[in-house]
Amino acid sequence: MAIESEVLVIGGGLGGLTSALAAAREGADVRLVSYKQSTLRQASGLVDILGYTPDGDGPLTDPYEAIPSLPEAHPYRKVGVQTVRDALSLFDDAVPTYEGEHTDTNALLPTHGGSIKPTARYPAGASAGLASDTRDTLLVGIEEMVDFDAPHVAAHLDATGVPFDVRGETIRFPGDLRADAKVTRYAKLLDTNSEVAVRGRMVPAREALAQRVNPLLEDEERVGFPAILGDDNPGAIRDALGDHLGVDVFEVPMGPPSLPGLRLEDALFSALDEAGASIETGNPVVDFEGEDRIEKVFIEKNGAKIPNSADQYVLATGGFVGKGVESDRDGVYEPVFDCHVPHAADRYDWFEGELFGDHEFARYGVATDDDLRPLDASEHSEFENLRAAGSVLGGYDFAAEKSGSGVSIATGYAAGQRAAQEAR
Amino acid sequence: MSDAETPPETDFDPVAPNTGEEFEPVDVFPDSDDFDLRPGADSCFKCSTCDTNCPVAEVDDDFPGPKFQGPEQWRLKQSDDDHEIDDSVMDCSNCMRCDNACPSGVPLSQMHNTARGEYVSEQMDKLSVEYIRNRILANYRTSAFLASKVPRLANFAMNFGPARWVMEKTLGVTSERDFPAFAKQTFRDWWADRGGQVQSRENARAARKRRGLPEDADKKVAYFHGCYSNYNTPEVGKAMVRVYEEFGYEVVAPEQKCSGTPMFANGMLDDARRHAETNVSSMSELVDEGYRAIASCTSCSMALRQEYPELFDIDGVDKVAENTFEAVEYLRIHEDLKGEVQAADVDGDLAEEFAYHAPCHSRNQGLDRQAVELFRDLDGAEVEDVGDSCSGISGTYGWKEEKYEKSMEIGEEMFEHMEHAEGETGMTECPTCAMQMEHGSGYEIRHPLELLEAALVE
Repeated sequence: MAIESEVLVIGGGLGGLTSALAAAREGADVRLVSYKQSTLRQASGLVDILGYTPDGDGPLTDPYEAIPSLPEAHPYRKVGVQTVRDALSLFDDAVPTYEGEHTDTNALLPTHGGSIKPTARYPAGASAGLASDTRDTLLVGIEEMVDFDAPHVAAHLDATGVPFDVRGETIRFPGDLRADAKVTRYAKLLDTNSEVAVRGRMVPAREALAQRVNPLLEDEERVGFPAILGDDNPGAIRDALGDHLGVDVFEVPMGPPSLPGLRLEDALFSALDEAGASIETGNPVVDFEGEDRIEKVFIEKNGAKIPNSADQYVLATGGFVGKGVESDRDGVYEPVFDCHVPHAADRYDWFEGELFGDHEFARYGVATDDDLRPLDASEHSEFENLRAAGSVLGGYDFAAEKSGSGVSIATGYAAGQRAAQEAR
Repeated sequence: MSDAETPPETDFDPVAPNTGEEFEPVDVFPDSDDFDLRPGADSCFKCSTCDTNCPVAEVDDDFPGPKFQGPEQWRLKQSDDDHEIDDSVMDCSNCMRCDNACPSGVPLSQMHNTARGEYVSEQMDKLSVEYIRNRILANYRTSAFLASKVPRLANFAMNFGPARWVMEKTLGVTSERDFPAFAKQTFRDWWADRGGQVQSRENARAARKRRGLPEDADKKVAYFHGCYSNYNTPEVGKAMVRVYEEFGYEVVAPEQKCSGTPMFANGMLDDARRHAETNVSSMSELVDEGYRAIASCTSCSMALRQEYPELFDIDGVDKVAENTFEAVEYLRIHEDLKGEVQAADVDGDLAEEFAYHAPCHSRNQGLDRQAVELFRDLDGAEVEDVGDSCSGISGTYGWKEEKYEKSMEIGEEMFEHMEHAEGETGMTECPTCAMQMEHGSGYEIRHPLELLEAALVE
């Protein structure tokens, strides 16, 4: 016996979650297995479709318009523009706290480094911070949070030529948290609105935070904080701060560990739960049985190999960072099914001398047919019931193009939907 | 290193451990006193994701979090020979949630257990009240063994107000909590009275016949009942036995001691090792005979599966780890449990809506969704997940006078969710989580095996 399902999705990032959701909504009995907690915890929580062309042109105004001119090997070319649109609709439906679906045009969002990023969907909490908005802005940094130096970020934003005045101020967060307090500590304090001591008087945390910012506010009409404003109730916290300050409040997405990423993870897992899928995290898929078809895969749990079988499989284990693609001195490989990963035989051809050069390794991943089935070295599909989605796919450079989440959502959607149709 | 140079042959791989590869066990006791905090430390790239999972760091501003307790302590020791383990490691509740968070497979809980062992062994005053208190709490099995001889007296004495006041003042055991009641008959006494293995073999044979399976089919499991289902909730152990027999499994209840979970959490690695040796030796013999070790307490299965091989080099330890399963999990793998549950229904006092809490140690085995998903289609009962927060008690942590408030603060989210849930009966696999759920909500708490028994066993 084995633990059975119709569709088994391997990987709990954006690609895996979208695959599982698409398959479950198609009516299939779906199981998602993920080695570790979702890598969304390390992600900004922004959903980019395409910010720059592979040649570096951009920021692009309309990502959909640019897709047909992408190289043929690009995952977007495999699934087509309409699938990208359908996949984004699924996302919008599953994550109603996101904005940006009103237009095809990329939004421009300030980052915690002070650059401007073209993105297609963003959390509601970031929406008052759009760079195309002309309202003057105050950025508030927290003394202990060295990842967000507000005056520095403001200066960088100013240098990009944003159409508003921007200023940065740094405050001590009320409540005397330790110098290296976890982002969750700030979030929890604001979520529960616990009382903190301010000059000997106990004040609810949200009010205390607003009191610290109030005297610094000049005539700015919006205030941006690093993304620490709550885990469970971010909307209520922003509203409360906004009321106290009399301005709009927004969050600037931060690096890992990222609260917007955590919130997105929660939203997608709840959507998956509602769609009736089974979910297991904490143990890796390490092996499989089967020749042309995958019969079962094995999840390793402290030495025990637990069999899981399904009719259709989706491989969404991530790229080099997520360890869905690995390399050693001999070559580049995909560790679960040993799917072929096209790459230059000589390692010195994998990269360029310049740090930000056009590195080949950035595009390494499995190649697929138009149905997203991984191809072997002679361009035949590796297994008839395996599809790949997300950054395990090759043929695109998500970091340079700003296309990571869009590709994961689009290919995840396509792989999940097709797997479900075939399984039923 | 230049490309022309071949790296020297060594077993050390800076990126290991990775996908499920085994960690080298650290031989902590008894031959050497060297606590090795190293394994996996170099894989930490400081993304701090572990810190977002730490329930203690979320409420306790003095606790620096898992990243500090593990990889950073190791780094500090590298640059300073006199570096001592930071005493904050004693505030870690050993929920082990950080393990599941790390994207590079750093064995955080192993590092914490090792650091705590070093702290207790080398820095803690063995005559201090804290040490004595922790040792008593960690050796719950000893107290329970004595109490079970006189359950009525023990139940009275342990919750006798003035005595509890004295315990809090002198030992630092909180008087806020009710001690769990000791059963009038332990699981092992029930098991022996019932006819032990011989009776189980008969029952299993009868069930196999009923199910049309070959009567001599090789279906057998060794039940690691742990202390709690023996002394406090034998109904869970009985349910486990009856459910397994219903599927045609012969059950044995081998000699066993405490799994060691409370000892790991208090840095009492000597004690834990002694108990582990007994457990590994009795379980590994049975594994050789074709038995699989089955636990109904998720902290027990976690200890046998993960903590033993990470901390102890005992003969057979890996074999036992590979062949240990949580009770419901094993049936999910080997039987059509889903199908049987879908075809069943429950009535009587288990026809309930349950507010289910997944214990941290079930979460770390990938079992946090098991009960909710399994009982989805069971007629007559509903199981609702009350969210992913830690219950806060973490075994002995919530029993310590100075930790009690924090323990309740961590559990607050769970209590709220329980209150909002439809059901007014709780459900969980972990005995101490059950204590906390009951303490915070007043609900009666059941084990999934009890519901499974009600659904599947006549």
